Amino acid sequence: MQGSVSDQTQINIESASESHDSHGHHEHPDFRIFGLIVFLVAEGMIFLGLFIAYLAFRSMAPEWPPAGTPKLELMLPGINTVILLGSSLVIHQADTAIKKNDVKGLQLWFGLTALMGIIFLGGQLYEYSHLEFGLRTNLFASTFYVLTGFHGLHVTVGVLLILSVLWRSMKGEHYGTNNHFGVEAAEIYWHFVDVIWVILFILLYLL
Amino acid sequence: MTAELLIPNQTSEDDVVIHHRTWKDYFTFSTDHKVIGIQYFVTGFIFYIIGGLLAEGIRTELATPDADLVDPSTYNSMFTMHGTIMIFLWIVPAGTGAFANYLLPLMIGARDMAFPKLNAVAFWIIPPTGLLLILSFFLGPAQAGWTSYPPLSLLTGKVGEGIWIVTLLLLGTSSILGGINFFTTILKMRIPSMSMMQMPLFCWAMLATSMLMLIATPVLAGALILLSFDLIAGTAFFNPVGGGEPVVYQHMFWFYSHPAVYIMVLPFFGVISEVIPVHCRKPIFGYAAIAYSSMVISFLGLIVWAHHMFTSGTPPWLRMFFMITTMVIAVPTGIKIFGWLATMWGGKINLNTPMLFAMGFISTFVIGGITGVMLAAVPFDIHVHDTYFVVAHLHYVLFGGSVFGIYTGIYHWFPKVTGRHIDETWGKIHFVLTYVGFNVTFLPMHVLGLQGMPRRIAMYAPEFQGLNQVCTYGSYVLAISTVPFLVNAIYCAYKGKPAGSNPWNALTLDWQTTSPPEIENFEVLPVLKTGPYDYGDSEEEEKELTAV
Amino acid sequence: MNIPSSITTLLLGIGLTLVSLWYGQNHGLMPVAASEGATHIDSLFNAMMTISTGLFIIVQGVIVYCAIKFRRKPGELGDGAAIEGNVPLEILWTAIPAAIVLWISIYSFEIYNEMGGFDPSADGMHAMHGMPAGKGSAMAATMDMGDVPKGSPRISALGVGASPANQGKAAAVNVNVLGLQYAWIFTYPEINITSGELHVPVGKEVQLNMNAQDVIHAVWIPQLRLKQDVIPGTETQLRFTTNKVGTYPLRCAELCGGYHGSMVTQMIVHTPEEYDTWIASQQQSAQAQAEIVKQTIAMNPANLSPAKYLAPYANEMGVKPEMVEHLHHQGMEMGGSIASVIK
Repeated sequence: MQGSVSDQTQINIESASESHDSHGHHEHPDFRIFGLIVFLVAEGMIFLGLFIAYLAFRSMAPEWPPAGTPKLELMLPGINTVILLGSSLVIHQADTAIKKNDVKGLQLWFGLTALMGIIFLGGQLYEYSHLEFGLRTNLFASTFYVLTGFHGLHVTVGVLLILSVLWRSMKGEHYGTNNHFGVEAAEIYWHFVDVIWVILFILLYLL
Repeated sequence: MTAELLIPNQTSEDDVVIHHRTWKDYFTFSTDHKVIGIQYFVTGFIFYIIGGLLAEGIRTELATPDADLVDPSTYNSMFTMHGTIMIFLWIVPAGTGAFANYLLPLMIGARDMAFPKLNAVAFWIIPPTGLLLILSFFLGPAQAGWTSYPPLSLLTGKVGEGIWIVTLLLLGTSSILGGINFFTTILKMRIPSMSMMQMPLFCWAMLATSMLMLIATPVLAGALILLSFDLIAGTAFFNPVGGGEPVVYQHMFWFYSHPAVYIMVLPFFGVISEVIPVHCRKPIFGYAAIAYSSMVISFLGLIVWAHHMFTSGTPPWLRMFFMITTMVIAVPTGIKIFGWLATMWGGKINLNTPMLFAMGFISTFVIGGITGVMLAAVPFDIHVHDTYFVVAHLHYVLFGGSVFGIYTGIYHWFPKVTGRHIDETWGKIHFVLTYVGFNVTFLPMHVLGLQGMPRRIAMYAPEFQGLNQVCTYGSYVLAISTVPFLVNAIYCAYKGKPAGSNPWNALTLDWQTTSPPEIENFEVLPVLKTGPYDYGDSEEEEKELTAV
Repeated sequence: MNIPSSITTLLLGIGLTLVSLWYGQNHGLMPVAASEGATHIDSLFNAMMTISTGLFIIVQGVIVYCAIKFRRKPGELGDGAAIEGNVPLEILWTAIPAAIVLWISIYSFEIYNEMGGFDPSADGMHAMHGMPAGKGSAMAATMDMGDVPKGSPRISALGVGASPANQGKAAAVNVNVLGLQYAWIFTYPEINITSGELHVPVGKEVQLNMNAQDVIHAVWIPQLRLKQDVIPGTETQLRFTTNKVGTYPLRCAELCGGYHGSMVTQMIVHTPEEYDTWIASQQQSAQAQAEIVKQTIAMNPANLSPAKYLAPYANEMGVKPEMVEHLHHQGMEMGGSIASVIK
């Protein structure tokens, strides 16, 4: 919380706000990871709300899934789950690497995670296209598509985050032992997406 | 540790530092929390005027039993827009956006919020979203009330309903981003010498509020996502045609919207806790109790939502559970009210406009609190649910509470924000008009509801006309009351008497810098020398209190 | 000579109690109570009004007193006393409200039980309770018609059930209630009557089995202090016994569209003799109606606009013409459904 401000009373607001932007993060300790976690708590509450809604629909319906819903195939989503869970381990390697200042390692593991994420999304789309029910077939089908779709959206965002970190590290940007917010953020986000998927998988496929 | 004993209102011209911010700064993507706070307030006030005009339309329609002013479906759109605008574009942005943004960093000795850019993003979501909502009024507006219960919301005003959903999702996002900022700022950005128990009570209130914003708002987003699928893609989550459950929407909606009441009122509990000690020249009575009661209210606020659904076909055990949790909220709220009263007792009360509004706040809010306990009692609620009794109750909480709180805060921190005094005479005229207008408008509504007038109706039985006309006249007084405020505030912001940096001799850190604060808030980082409320002459004994 | 402050406080306390007790009983804010349940709710309300009056006077009194007594006089210097709190006092004003709300909760609980809130048949687990089989053709028609979701039987029957004394017994009068934009249709399955107004005999237990056709409505009879949402796809119920002959409004209390405000009809509480007379007159006209329905159906109602088709029945059922017109605008396919109800 130090930093000289004695000369700032005179400068006009534009340059003041500029200076604010450029070293805003150096004025106080970096709370961005804390902020991200708080954000993910909020994000988690959306999912929690949707999960509870799913359970409510389920408990109110006389039969679940409603009569005539084809049984869900477990094989493909099972593989998908393994891939996604594995990618959590992989992305953690990237974090370990960058903390040792190993940018090449970061790129390798991030590349691999992104690939696994894309395979997961591909698998998801493949499953969608082969399901025998559509969005409007019944309440189960609707909740299935909305829940997995909303999660898929988060996976997509995660992949984009990972790719953007990767791209920035390729451009010779600043990641290193002391500067890896982007890496850490992408990793935490990815773990979050992973945890949500596990709950989702149990709710939709196993229960 | 005793405060300096100066007569409040005395100004010392020499320490007035006026910054030459240009008006343009307020139209830019500024990351200064003080600019953002003002942006929030001015934007909110513009929407307040729009929402208020809609309310006047509603009241004018209700001056006669027939639907003769507007078409009944237009009437429904009017109260839908009125509710949505007042809640999401006025009270939430004014309470959390304006006050918390402006005051939090100042009160804890920080130079800005934890995430200044995020803060600016959260603000700039609001004006375009608000304009979008108002635009929807001309494209077939939503007609299903601000609660937007399906299946009605899926059948009427579909274009407007779609826009309404998008609007709420965006405003919810803005609110969550704000919540992240407040939560992080309060926990992480305090000056090292300030412990949690030395924070001003406003910070405690905002901590409780930000937790609600973070936990409750996302669930509304979940509900709206499902509702939008029903509306656009033709799914049937909430549509009984197709096997959906409309009641699930109600649960999700109220899981947010009841805590939303606390999001709207907790910041003003904080404001009142700041204002009363300063103008009574006494320490706040029971600091810890008031601080913790905010947290308790925040927690209880999360487990009372179904009291809005006592007639929705809720199972008996749920009705009883939610009745008891709701009743319990009266206890921490009571602690606050009694704490404020005890702070006033034996003080040297300076009856200026902020203090009058603070007393008005307690006086009206307590009525809202009493009717709140009544509404929690299931057998009674079954009678008055969805009637004008509820309309009266909610306005006593959200107008008698929040709006009185906003005015209290505005009059109190006006010298801080502008460096100038706002005119007292016009302030008092404003207070009297508001207080009288408010009570004349909303007090008779209790009776209307008990007697049998449901809410949200454009036409009503002729026997209710007398009281409705009283309400309508009161609402005109209320509308007029805004004029002296606006004129006074705008005039005094430029031409008011210079106020000096600390005209009230307040002890919280926000008053320990220049007025208006310099761009980085504090020239030198402040160090706490006194607690936030160390007012008072110590030689006076507690004997006065035993007489309470 | 000074009166000791303890005496003053005592006198003020007694005065406050008396005023609260008096106002709590004599506020006159509630409409006529037309059932025993309503009287119970009124006594709960009176109790809450008593406490509220006391609290209201204390808070407002303290504010006004402070504003006068502790006002800073011109030129006065100095602060108030540096009192930061008083733990016993704080415990007191935490404990007293806690005890009060606990007491109100228990009282409410009892009243709720007395009203029949805990009737196991109304707890949501008993589908289709109290619907006489066999004779229930009208209700069956109600359930199956038009857009009302069919297929899956739902858990249902939520609301206010029989008071403890009557639990397990069937109500004397069963009425199936259908809410639709913007009218109520009451069918008496046991006696084959359909009406736009609710007629009940005084002193007999009545059960309303309620369903909605389009959106959520709510039945509210202020004089009975009873209200229950009427939800499409889920049956809800209300049970009550009236004790005052008279005509009371029955209003929709849940926003249901533009003409929500005019979705009002009457509940007429008859003496037993009047009630029998009413039944007889209705059964006569029902026969006449059946004739009309037959003819109309022969005309194939699908070719008529709902408004035109409904016009002859509208008056009969107390539905205002403009509402029928409005229904037409809503584009709802109601012709068939109404016919099946009337049948």
